[in-house]
Amino acid sequence: MTVLQIAALAAVAVSGGAVVIMEDPLRQALLLGMFGLSLTILFFVFQAPDVALSEIVVSTVGLPVMVLLAIRKVRQQEERQQEEQGESADA
Amino acid sequence: MSRRTRLTFFGVAVACFGTVLVIGFTGLPPFGDYHGVYGQVLNGVAVSLRHATDIVTSLNFDIRAFDTLGEEFILFSSVLGVVLLLRQMRKEDEQESEEGEQEGEEEHTFAGASEALRALSLVLVPTMIAIGVYIVVHGALTPGGGFQGGVILAAAPLGVFLGGRYLKMKRIAPDTLVESGEAIGALGFALVGLGGLIFVGIFFKNFLPFGIPGHLLSAGMQPIASIAVGLEVAGAFVLAWTEFLDQAMLMSDEEDG
Repeated sequence: MTVLQIAALAAVAVSGGAVVIMEDPLRQALLLGMFGLSLTILFFVFQAPDVALSEIVVSTVGLPVMVLLAIRKVRQQEERQQEEQGESADA
Repeated sequence: MSRRTRLTFFGVAVACFGTVLVIGFTGLPPFGDYHGVYGQVLNGVAVSLRHATDIVTSLNFDIRAFDTLGEEFILFSSVLGVVLLLRQMRKEDEQESEEGEQEGEEEHTFAGASEALRALSLVLVPTMIAIGVYIVVHGALTPGGGFQGGVILAAAPLGVFLGGRYLKMKRIAPDTLVESGEAIGALGFALVGLGGLIFVGIFFKNFLPFGIPGHLLSAGMQPIASIAVGLEVAGAFVLAWTEFLDQAMLMSDEEDG
């Protein structure tokens, strides 16, 4: 095993752990992108460029964007519910 | 359940799992040792039998193409499910505020998109399209193929969105174009399989001349299959992202206003 391969494995372990430990979903989504990037490097240094090419877009762009949009949608609904509750309390 | 009981359960589970893991790892073959007979055979015959220099593509789009047909339609039907669900939800709100939507469309920009981000997206979008097309058409020659090139192509309109131009993104990738691209790609791959059935008598048998290894038009039907899958994947991803974006961006404005 080369130094590069060991470094890539360590990067995957650290960033994967960081995604689990982080509690704020927004930061979790960004860390997920970093985790995907380290996975891409891992696949590349282990001589699987085909998988690395699929991984780079799906995990660094595709998945975080969907998670971010879902977070935005959930927060909007929460804000609306809070406003409605506030209005009913005023009345 | 108290914290202590939970920790006890966790400790026991971790100890058991750790033991199994250690036993399993000690029995593994050494690093880099490969015993897959199928893989070794393919490595030996792909260039001579199919004139393809990328073994992974010749596996996906030729030797094991029937599996890829199934995978392709998994993606197709799951994106169709997303679209069906989200458009159904959107319709309820749209009927109420159909007129309000027309006015604000031109002005819609993504808050927080700086000039630098916009300039970067201007450079990135054409680069991504070029790389995507390159990877799709060189599927049988270099690493990558329909799926890989397709997702890169799909990421290009997303770059326009990140540059702060959501409705411009809809203009360079209009819904009808994306939808028909996805459908034509899915159909095209099935037709490639049917071509084998018609001309050689076996579904997904490589029926085109193989050409010279390393040339753009070599490996028979693989480049065509790669382009079909590229179209389908790019369309599917853009369609799914557009539906999610419509949910989060357009509907929220209607609610605010």
